[in-house]
Amino acid sequence: MNDYEAVIGIEMHCELKSNSKVFSPAPNNFNELANANVHPIDLAFPGILPEVNRKCVQDALKVALVLNCQIPEYLYFDRKNYYYPDLPKGYQITQNTDPIGTNGQIDILVDDKIKTVKIHDIHLEEDSASLSHYFDVSLIDYNRAGVPLLELVTEPCFHSSAEVLAFLEYMRLVYQYCDVSEADLKKGQIRCDANISIRDKGSNTLGTKVEVKNINGFLNIVEAIEYEIKRQSTLKREGRYAEVEQETRRFDEETGTTKRMRSKVDAIDYKYFVEPNIPKFHLDATWIAKIKKTIPMLPLEREKLYAEKYNLTKSEIATIIKDKDIADYFEECLKLDLDAKMASNWLTTQIMGYLNQTNKTIKEIYLTPKRLKELLTLIKEGTISSKQAKEIFKQVLQEEKEIKTFLKAEDSQISDETTLMNLIRDILQNNPNEVKAYLNGRSNLFDFFVGQVMKETRGKANPILTKDILKNLLEEMQ
Amino acid sequence: MTYMNKSIVEIHEALKKGEVTSQELVQESLTKSHEIEEKCNAFVTILDEAKGREVTDNLLSGIPYGVKDNYATKGVLSTGSSNTLKDYVPIFDATAVKNLTNAGAIMVNKTALDEFGMGGTGTTAHTGIIRNPWAQDRMCAGSSAGSAAAVAAGCYPYALGSDTGDSIRKPAAYCGIVGYKPTYGLVSRYGLFPYASSLDHCGVLTRSVMDAAIVMDNMKGKDPHDMTSWDSQNVHLQASLNGDVKGKKLCYIKEICDISNYPKATNELKAHLTNFAQTIKICRDLGMIVDEVSIDKNLLAVEPAVYIILSYAEATSNLSNLTGIIFGPRGEGENINAMMKDHRTKGFSPLIKRRFVIGSYVLQKENQEKYFKNAQRVRRLLVDAWKNLFATYDGVILPVGSGPAKHLDGAEDLLSEDTEILEEHLQIGNFGGFPSITIPNGFINNLPVGVNITGNCYDDANVLNIAYALEQKMNYANMIAGEVRK
Repeated sequence: MNDYEAVIGIEMHCELKSNSKVFSPAPNNFNELANANVHPIDLAFPGILPEVNRKCVQDALKVALVLNCQIPEYLYFDRKNYYYPDLPKGYQITQNTDPIGTNGQIDILVDDKIKTVKIHDIHLEEDSASLSHYFDVSLIDYNRAGVPLLELVTEPCFHSSAEVLAFLEYMRLVYQYCDVSEADLKKGQIRCDANISIRDKGSNTLGTKVEVKNINGFLNIVEAIEYEIKRQSTLKREGRYAEVEQETRRFDEETGTTKRMRSKVDAIDYKYFVEPNIPKFHLDATWIAKIKKTIPMLPLEREKLYAEKYNLTKSEIATIIKDKDIADYFEECLKLDLDAKMASNWLTTQIMGYLNQTNKTIKEIYLTPKRLKELLTLIKEGTISSKQAKEIFKQVLQEEKEIKTFLKAEDSQISDETTLMNLIRDILQNNPNEVKAYLNGRSNLFDFFVGQVMKETRGKANPILTKDILKNLLEEMQ
Repeated sequence: MTYMNKSIVEIHEALKKGEVTSQELVQESLTKSHEIEEKCNAFVTILDEAKGREVTDNLLSGIPYGVKDNYATKGVLSTGSSNTLKDYVPIFDATAVKNLTNAGAIMVNKTALDEFGMGGTGTTAHTGIIRNPWAQDRMCAGSSAGSAAAVAAGCYPYALGSDTGDSIRKPAAYCGIVGYKPTYGLVSRYGLFPYASSLDHCGVLTRSVMDAAIVMDNMKGKDPHDMTSWDSQNVHLQASLNGDVKGKKLCYIKEICDISNYPKATNELKAHLTNFAQTIKICRDLGMIVDEVSIDKNLLAVEPAVYIILSYAEATSNLSNLTGIIFGPRGEGENINAMMKDHRTKGFSPLIKRRFVIGSYVLQKENQEKYFKNAQRVRRLLVDAWKNLFATYDGVILPVGSGPAKHLDGAEDLLSEDTEILEEHLQIGNFGGFPSITIPNGFINNLPVGVNITGNCYDDANVLNIAYALEQKMNYANMIAGEVRK
């Protein structure tokens, strides 16, 4: 591979979140029961017509804006005609002539460096039904038929599987942050095609492109790309590059290899033409401006902000932004004016630890940002120690009761100045030798006095206050 | 006493006065249906179980009507006159049918058509040739052949049709009745089996302009299921028929109407054009201004090819859902592709298969620019030419076809080249989505012929009113097949 450079383009299909399907009123949700989410439109009964789901258009526009795409003046759709048992109408309604976004770009981080990914286009379309093949029958489930799909097509701008993976993972986050998709890989909501070719390093011409279609799961995509690069490189090195054909292949999960489906010669002519049943729709500038306002701060921006403004560590940032719900929790904390560093510390250690242990999500957790603020304020005000706070944290989550429930009198920190003053005076009086030594310059004995106070109060003395009083009293004696 | 040969208003009054009941009307219509079926082979299904309904103030309440078999009707066989759907029973009603049901109308039969509306002869239905009630050796034209035959034979005052090229307006002319295709989107197409979506229209066949207006008032309306339908709450067709057309401006096109365009003209064609000139004279007598205008002959000459390219292309795509997998008879074969192929090979008539081949060809990547895209451009040119006329004129008035109904034994899909534009010009109404109505305007050899008036989009009321005034001045309203009028 050393002499060669891989050139990779990606087509990423992502199912959108919506109440109903993109062209029919059938529900769009995950349903265990086959053929439950169906309307006559999804079954292509004679006479049905598409009804465009405005929410899906809105979400597609949102992503197009995130990707800095050009947006057409008019929205319309095309038919992609082909016969397949999972395609009830015999055509898919998609966008070919004038996609909802074109010529975009987005910055991602690959190995701590910014990479600008060029977007060819993004378009809104409908999903097909799902097929299950058994020994002697094939079954069709139309629940998925008509589910809104957003297809993102990149320019061939990647040169390694690592870059592709970083992009896919980032886009997955973007979809989640924008709240347009669950982008759940386990539910098969993201599927990819990869176009892979190789060329001599430094060359400007593209090699022969091989398409690997319909790959599920990011690790499979990495594997498929790496296999293809290796396959093509080996052939090239052996002087057999002519054997690399422009063709469509599929990824075989069992063997981790790609297998030939059809060559370019057999490529399907989809006979695209404009869908006549959907009138051209003017994309109003005020509507687009309104949608733009709903775009949240994206992961990369947050990453920069957290590092520069709040001085969070890299690992803290990574933990926070990789899950939109965690990130939102943190944002909520910031909104509540919690100390960023402290909130991040608690979130990434205590809270994440608890979530991992209990397999819960942050949305289910009883300790809302508001309650976290209560807890952290108690520490800050010196009412309880960090150690006590951790105890209370556990109890609050376990019993799901308000923090004050667990604030027992004897547990609370001693923060009363007079009490502490008297206590410290006694200690100083009882340890005249140490006081003398301290006053003679053994300043490390300061910690000895603190230790004595803690011993006396069984750790409940407010440490900051203790230090302040000690310092003052000792200064007075000087 | 028979009622099914009367106008809607007359029948409604009889119902209101208690002279007849809705149930008796249904019985009369069903009896008539069986007679017409015997003579003309006009129906796919006769609903012998149909029952009378409550008579309300709605003029259509309690009155029977027919539905072309390419409308989805819930629980009632809807075949599109195709073997691919020979046992298909929809689970929903077409919106137009639903609207009429809500008006209190009673569907008594499903009428046969050229398979999926493709064909202009009424000879390609899976149930066989549909015959003209005026002369059984003649065709009705198509594709709404069964509906035209039934209305003309007095089965009921109206039947639904659909019109992609001239499928309502030409059979109306051949059967001596009124055929009205409204502005695109006035009636929802939801539930109409598609042929070519950008050209398909729902419409109605009646025996008078008034009846057409009454039915359309009840069929129309914006439908959330059809994004191309529009809000027509302010359109009141029946109420617009006042017969006052003084000062209205019509035009006819020299390159279509002048006998000198047809050096090989038959006597029938000569008589047809002479009769048309007579109709123009009546228009002028009504106080209308009628001008002769010219349209580029080359543009007119390519019109039929444009229709073929666009409609066949859309049809190949629209009918791709017919695979025998979800509905329709399951094909045989070792794998799913073989099963789909078997279903389609057995199910479609040769005429449709030919159209699919052409439609596919013009959409292929390497051909699309030359055929499909160019056809779209010429469609635009033709629509612009007509719109240009509508800037000055309320309507274009033209003869329908080249004479009366053609003989069945001479029936061919191919038409003689020299009268092609005369036969096909109504398709321009579909290109532009224009409101267009055909009414009978005379007889040739004891067979009816028709004249068509087409106006600008959304101007349905005006177009119908002109047709109404003309109809009043002539003597061909409410004709029943067999009664030749002078």
